Amino acid sequence: MSTITPAAYDSKIEGNVIFTKLDSAINWMRKNSLWPMPMGLACCAIELMATGASRYDISRFGAEVMRFSPRQSDVMIVAGTVTYKMALAVKRIWDQMPEPKWCIAMGACASSGGMYRSYAVLQGIDTLIPVDVYISGCPPRPEALIEGLLRLQRKIEGEHSFLAQKPELVAALRS
Amino acid sequence: MATTLEVPASVKKDAAALAAKFTIVSQKEFRGELTLTVNRAQFHDIAAFLRDQLGYTYLIDVSSVDHFGQEPRYEVVYELQNFERADHLRVKYTVSEDDATAPTVTDLWATADWHEREAFDMMGIRFTGHPDLRRILMWEGYPFHPLRKDFPLAGKDSDTPDVAFSRAAPLAGGPFVTSPTGGDTQDREPRSREME
Ligand code: SF4
Repeated sequence: MSTITPAAYDSKIEGNVIFTKLDSAINWMRKNSLWPMPMGLACCAIELMATGASRYDISRFGAEVMRFSPRQSDVMIVAGTVTYKMALAVKRIWDQMPEPKWCIAMGACASSGGMYRSYAVLQGIDTLIPVDVYISGCPPRPEALIEGLLRLQRKIEGEHSFLAQKPELVAALRS
Repeated sequence: MATTLEVPASVKKDAAALAAKFTIVSQKEFRGELTLTVNRAQFHDIAAFLRDQLGYTYLIDVSSVDHFGQEPRYEVVYELQNFERADHLRVKYTVSEDDATAPTVTDLWATADWHEREAFDMMGIRFTGHPDLRRILMWEGYPFHPLRKDFPLAGKDSDTPDVAFSRAAPLAGGPFVTSPTGGDTQDREPRSREME
């Protein structure tokens, strides 16, 4: 006597199967484990440290693994004043980070040179590397950095996971 | 503790002891501090005398001043401290633009090393005899001395391949500077002004 095995419904596995798009799945994984490359260059780095510590705790958003090796990081948080003396070193570290990679310009200095309209300070890190999220403030509070991180997560959700990111920004910097 | 604004008698005595041996070009008292202007050629001997005979063992700072438009153009200023008596003495000398050199005192105070490198980097005064006169803040290859008065606040373009570059900053109506003299707060506060 043959038994009929139900193909459509199996209560044992049904709850564990998720139908989704590949992009959504990959982006979901990426956005929830953004390992930062802490590019702490001035006072903003203090707030970056506070963000990583227990009170603000960015590990709640999967971004607590501050890696001082660019090879293991996903998002460079440029926190501080980028002097011309440091600028090419920052660019070099950015180039060493594997794709996909993102950049957060934290604070007025990293975004635009801030109060330093001077001979020694690069007027915004976006003249060298493509920036995804700018955070205003001098320094921004940890909440602001977390908000920036959440914005970046939202941005990642909408990306094509297999295509190069922000080609227009990269092209603009090359030209 | 009451603070006096008189130059301590011990410092005046030191100045007299110095004047007996060396040329003092001028002497100025201001708010309890004594400033001596001396000759550059004698400065190294003066510094040694101050340190070894008069007990000014601590070199607080070496700085440089640009009197742009005057001759001699530069001034090098040394702040000295006698710890035993808590005495402070300022010694300076002028340096002309054509011969912007100064004698090093790194052999007397090791701390002069970085101070002199900074004065060289920012003002372009070369300290003869300095063991390692490299730039300290800007990078090797940077062609300017940015604290000179004829150097624009915005900076200048430069390129040192593989090391660093610099671009003039957009000043957007600036520089926004405070005027130290005259007028009420409205006149003094930082705002855009024409720089010649
Ligand atoms: S933005 Fe403000 S706090 Fe941040 S590095 Fe610049 S000066 Fe410091």
